[in-house]
Amino acid sequence: MSRWLRFAPLALLALLLTALVWRLATPPSSDIRSKLEGQRVPAFRLPAAVPTKQGLTTADLATGQPRLLNIFASWCVPCITEVRVLKALQQRGVAIDGIAVRDQPADIARFLAANGDPYQRIGGDPQSAIQIAFGSSGVPESFVVDGRGVIRYQHIGPIEAEDVTMILAQLKAAR
Amino acid sequence: MIAETGLAALWLAAALAGLQLLMTIVARRRAAEVAAALRGVAVIQGVLTLIAFAMLLLLFARTDLSVALVFENSHSAKPFIYKIAGAWGNHEGSMLLWVTVLSVAGACLALLSRRTSERTLVASLGAQAALALGFYAFLLLASNPFARLSPAPLAGRGLNPLLQDPGLAFHPPTLYFGYVGLSVAFSLAVGALLTREVDSRLARAMRPWVLAAWIFLTLGITAGSYWAYYELGWGGYWFWDPVENASLMPWLAATALLHSLNVLAARGALKAWTMMLAVIAFSMSMVGTFLVRSGILTSVHSVAIDPARGTFLLVLLGLYVGAALLLFALRGATLKEGAPFELVSRETGLVINNLLLSVILGVVFVGTLYPLFVEAASGEKMSVGAPYFNAVAGPLALILAVLVGVGPLLSWRRAHRPQLHRLIIPALLGASALAVTIILAPGMGLLPRLGLTVAAVLAAASILPLTGRNPLRAPLATWGMVVAHFGIAVALAGMAANAAFSTEKLAVARIGETLAVGPWLVQLQGVSPAAGKNFTALEAELRATRGGGALTLTPATRYFSDPPTTTNEAAIETLWNGQLYTVLGKPDAGGGWQLRLWWKPFVTLIWLGGVLIAFGGALALLGRALRLRRRRRPERAWGEARYA
Repeated sequence: MSRWLRFAPLALLALLLTALVWRLATPPSSDIRSKLEGQRVPAFRLPAAVPTKQGLTTADLATGQPRLLNIFASWCVPCITEVRVLKALQQRGVAIDGIAVRDQPADIARFLAANGDPYQRIGGDPQSAIQIAFGSSGVPESFVVDGRGVIRYQHIGPIEAEDVTMILAQLKAAR
Repeated sequence: MIAETGLAALWLAAALAGLQLLMTIVARRRAAEVAAALRGVAVIQGVLTLIAFAMLLLLFARTDLSVALVFENSHSAKPFIYKIAGAWGNHEGSMLLWVTVLSVAGACLALLSRRTSERTLVASLGAQAALALGFYAFLLLASNPFARLSPAPLAGRGLNPLLQDPGLAFHPPTLYFGYVGLSVAFSLAVGALLTREVDSRLARAMRPWVLAAWIFLTLGITAGSYWAYYELGWGGYWFWDPVENASLMPWLAATALLHSLNVLAARGALKAWTMMLAVIAFSMSMVGTFLVRSGILTSVHSVAIDPARGTFLLVLLGLYVGAALLLFALRGATLKEGAPFELVSRETGLVINNLLLSVILGVVFVGTLYPLFVEAASGEKMSVGAPYFNAVAGPLALILAVLVGVGPLLSWRRAHRPQLHRLIIPALLGASALAVTIILAPGMGLLPRLGLTVAAVLAAASILPLTGRNPLRAPLATWGMVVAHFGIAVALAGMAANAAFSTEKLAVARIGETLAVGPWLVQLQGVSPAAGKNFTALEAELRATRGGGALTLTPATRYFSDPPTTTNEAAIETLWNGQLYTVLGKPDAGGGWQLRLWWKPFVTLIWLGGVLIAFGGALALLGRALRLRRRRRPERAWGEARYA
């Protein structure tokens, strides 16, 4: 065995220790950036989910201004608390569209009447087909879409009151 | 008083470890004079840690809530066995168990070792004391299991219900015996490198330790795999989870070491390599302990990250492994290799075995730590899963399994007439297994198909060493080898059958509805509430039929209040040709229940194989112990002088 080869295990150990020390010094953060950020929204055309509003298509998300797309459902409990935060966002001038997943028009209408209605348009997605095309795995989820129809930010789980500043910043950055 | 007694015993043991280390350094040139005293110190140290551990068990048995650890992990309304198991189902307690095993192993080394020279034994006891000292410091300074709470609370927080299971009560101690048992091999290697006495005597001294640790590791891994299989309710037996890999890596290294020790013992060859493996095997145990205890890798084994403890363990790891590897690098050149061997020989076979095992170890190591390296280098987050491990380690393991059948047929030094004709029957069996799978299951995957083929070849080839002679007169060690190798074939057959023939059904069923899975018809007859000592449960009653009589299975969901957790209790029916595995999920709004059903043909062979492998090891260990007793003068019996 050559002289240097005998030191190879030590070098490997040093490498391992370096990586482990690095990990101890920088604890893992759980925020994983979405692979969808920077991608165009998928092509879709959804019918109106409630008779009083229009449905949603890809073109509606490329209007020159950033928009917030919220995937929700009337049967989803966290969505009830979230929709109130969305209402506050709407009052601060944010344009919000919704996709209602696996839902019935009457249930959605009741949900909006009881909890507030921040949405401009709501598309109905009875089989979750468009939700899956968006890479969304559950409700609620939200996407910041810029004026050209490109996803800038994906928010998994409900938008809470403390997220408002961050969402506004994301919308501003998408301008 | 109990907690204080335990703590005092631990401090005393630490002081004795310091004394032991000091004695070996001061008296390194007069080993014979201190040897007897050193043995005594090591034994007392072992007894003291046993006392400390017994005190912790007593505290848990009495649910003494004035002790912080008991409060955090126990509850008076818990079944007694889990009160005891709670003692090691947490960080501090499990580290105390670790240290106890470490110093008891040191005591046994001091008591039992007769094969090495006094010089090497003294140096090894010094190394063992140095190891123990670091872990005592860790325990006393950073993880005191005996810390008190004042005032004492009225009720404890309870043990994670996933751990309230007979399998898991004994899985960690078994693994720890294996992990820490390897410390003796490490200390002996360090001692022998220090005294430059790396020879076949050392190999024979080291072998029973490695064998015993390896038996425990094998049993621990098998038990852990079965626990994950039935308790987690996912129907899988191995997930390539970092913590699982942490137990597999020392096992792979110990398996390689076990075989290379045979070469060193019989032929005086592979000195440097064997010492390297002895260092690696225990290093992998420490890496495993670090990964589990620091919680730095994402795993189903939920352990909170504690940077202070992680740093402490990392320093110990770097110190011990670094020192051993440095010693190896400096002394490696002075090791004179023993007798040469020809290309076709038992030695070559064992070298190939070692190479394959080492490559598999490397594959598992890289796969486990790759996400960490990538994130450290580029900031990118990623994970490595089963597809990588199966695709890379699977084929290597299959090649190894074929060679396991061939190797024992080669003779030492030079196989004059390799008895390869004896492999005709195994080869024919393998070919017919291949033909049968092609005819009966044309659609099955390549890896499972090859797995069944290789299992057939190995099952037949593994018993060949017993044929052509009176099997009853064969040494126990040979029997042990045959049983262990046959166990590999059995486990392999189980894995391949499970991968190829399992069928699963995930569905929502209403009461009275019938679902089909594999050859079974399963009817949901009802769901009813039930209660245990410290949980409430919903139990489903399933009626399973296949042609003739019916079976009743009752999978359940349990709700624990301390701490609030839900567990799925799978109901598993074991038949000779497989297992029917049923899990009750959540109710849906319309009165239906989620059911997960699997039919897993021959899946039990996986764990049966694991037990057989361990049993083979036990036979070999017993054989060596008996032989040692029969021959009072091992030097003459082993023909030592030739290779010294």
